[in-house]
Amino acid sequence: MNNEITGAEIVLKSLAEQGVEVVFGYPGGAVLPIYDTLFKQNSIKHVLVRQEGGAIHAAEGYARSTGKTGVVLVTSGPGATNVVTGLTDAMMDSVPIVCITGQVPQHLIGSDAFQECDTTGITRPCTKHNYLVKDVNKLSSVFHEAFTIAQNGRPGPVLIDIPKDVQFASGTYEEKNKIIIPSHRLFEPSPDFEKNKIEEAVELISKAKKPIFYIGGGCINSGPKASTLVREFINMVGSPVTMTLMGLGVVGSSDKNSLGMLGMHGMYEANMAMHECDVMINIGARFDDRVTGRLDAFSPNSKKIHIDIDESNINKTINVDVPIIGDVKQVVEKMITVWKEKKFQIDDKALKLWWDKINKWKQVDCLNYNNEGKQIKPQYAVQRLYELTKNTKTFITTEVGQHQMWAAQFYKFEEPNRWLTSGGLGTMGYGFPAAIGAQVGHPDALVVDIAGDASILMNIQEMSTAVQYRLPVKIFILNNEYMGMVRQWQELLHGGRYSESYTDSLPDFVKLAESYKAVGLRAKTTDELDDVITQMIETKNTVIADIWVTKEENCFPMIQSGSAHNEMMLSKDQKQDKKSAEKGKILV
Amino acid sequence: MNKSVYASPDQVSETKRHILTVLVDNEPGVLARVIGMFSGRGYNIDSLNVAEVSNDENISRITIVTHGTSEVVSQIEKQLLRIVPVHSVTNLDQEGNSVEAEVALVYIYISETNKKKVYQLCDLYRARKIENENNTTIFEIAGASERVNRFIKEINEITKVEIVRSGPVAISSIKKNEEE
Repeated sequence: MNNEITGAEIVLKSLAEQGVEVVFGYPGGAVLPIYDTLFKQNSIKHVLVRQEGGAIHAAEGYARSTGKTGVVLVTSGPGATNVVTGLTDAMMDSVPIVCITGQVPQHLIGSDAFQECDTTGITRPCTKHNYLVKDVNKLSSVFHEAFTIAQNGRPGPVLIDIPKDVQFASGTYEEKNKIIIPSHRLFEPSPDFEKNKIEEAVELISKAKKPIFYIGGGCINSGPKASTLVREFINMVGSPVTMTLMGLGVVGSSDKNSLGMLGMHGMYEANMAMHECDVMINIGARFDDRVTGRLDAFSPNSKKIHIDIDESNINKTINVDVPIIGDVKQVVEKMITVWKEKKFQIDDKALKLWWDKINKWKQVDCLNYNNEGKQIKPQYAVQRLYELTKNTKTFITTEVGQHQMWAAQFYKFEEPNRWLTSGGLGTMGYGFPAAIGAQVGHPDALVVDIAGDASILMNIQEMSTAVQYRLPVKIFILNNEYMGMVRQWQELLHGGRYSESYTDSLPDFVKLAESYKAVGLRAKTTDELDDVITQMIETKNTVIADIWVTKEENCFPMIQSGSAHNEMMLSKDQKQDKKSAEKGKILV
Repeated sequence: MNKSVYASPDQVSETKRHILTVLVDNEPGVLARVIGMFSGRGYNIDSLNVAEVSNDENISRITIVTHGTSEVVSQIEKQLLRIVPVHSVTNLDQEGNSVEAEVALVYIYISETNKKKVYQLCDLYRARKIENENNTTIFEIAGASERVNRFIKEINEITKVEIVRSGPVAISSIKKNEEE
């Protein structure tokens, strides 16, 4: 048999057959054979990051902005342990990733060899599935299964650990279509596709007097068609809709039915509507604690419909009346068909009363902030960024903290896949590498990382990556010299004792950018802001825009931990009652 | 009860013992995946038993005894099904009709004074003496966990013992369409 090739060649051939265009990685001893093979080919591009943690967030940004699977290649030991945060992040936010790690040769496994670690053991709880490939002849089938599992059902990260001797060994390659994956290893919706439940759900919606759609990241994972169908269905019903942090963009911000984001820092009207609705239609969201607030007071009088591809999300925290297991696109398509077939019509009078009520809540103007003086308010900075970029194809990524919430509140998303943020795990340092990944996937688009001064320093080394590959990523730092969200919680819950939340000795971000041969800009007052943003957009290079904002601004509205949707705090003066404040303090 | 940090107070159902049968691909790491899910999500394992049951298909059968409210156990079942090599999960208590058994080996410290009582008790429980080269007194008892518990309690009252138990295995007793 002369059609044998090396394990390393099988890796590259599998990636090529899977349509992989780019790999984010960092070389090392245990992956040298793969890097050698990579050197000899031209079809797959490699982006060299500066720390493995950057590689996996970049792959996440690439995956979430393009809808494709992100691929990561790192070495054994520290290479593998450095991607653990990113794997967990991808697991929480359901991002399809295939991560290839090198491993010491098989005869050294278990001997505490140099750069050895139990990669599959460490990553078992933070991947959808993982493999240690011991037989070179199984390598291609493992790769094809891994890609399928990463994308199938609820997407997630899959890791393939390959000992160095397997990369050198010779074996045969099997093509994708020759691999049969047993059905129990994949998610497959039942053939009759929950037909009865769908009819029951649609009928329930048609009888609603105060309906609300509660949209999550599952709608985005289901593909752009899903968003179109969800919008179409909501329009047919005429119901208000609110989105989770992960679901922003499914329904456009300017859509007449949109109430914006809900949850801890969500809109007052969205949370009040969730609290008072009579039928809640959850599509692809998972009743996260950041959304529900206190469970025993969560939407007490509603019938709940829950559409989710992952059955374990059903009744996990909130008991629902009509669960539907399936892919959003397929389920909503069926719902639309049923709605049309049965000529359902919602009670217009009741719906009008419902909207009247919601419009009253809107008048509270919950995002209102005091914008006096020359100092730049962080909210204002995001508003100006939106106004000056809204006519460009723009992707926004964020780090984690106050700036993330202000971005979610003040930047208006009209389309899915344009907003990339670490929702489930809340990983500081996510945004910049994710922006690099998004820019690799969309070379001509504008990609802006809205960052905080503390978060950006967690992966600042990726400046080298951005500059090396001429990626014109924009880092828009809302600089308040604090870990703002930590400071806010310390102010509200810990008597203003700002323990370790002031970031002393920050670098000069302009000089920092220049030292990487990127462009550094700074705005200190409102007069300078628009110019800096415009200059940032027009610069065809990597840019850090250091925006000096007021230092002690708090992010409102806020449902404090331990409170319910109808107990929102709109400003600092409105204190939570003492009992629930004490109870809430122990929560995260 | 649910697992959210914002725990809801209105717990309804009572905590009960459940026996779960999990069919899995017999591949490396599969047991670690199952056990890791339990420890990672804070569920209980009272006992666990695993063995290959078919040579041709490479399938193993894991029997797990756990306790929890029906909400928790249903969540355990769903979380188990998310594990890629898991074929199926059956809650034998929900099926209603199942038989269970376990095996215990008991090393009994025997003397002239307790010998008679020990043998009488073993006789009563139909525990079988296992012959061995060292001629020590080792009994084997099989049956429902309840029965094994009682035997162990009573033998403990007579003399010092050392015990190993397999933990229960169980199978559904519902009539299936038997072929051939």
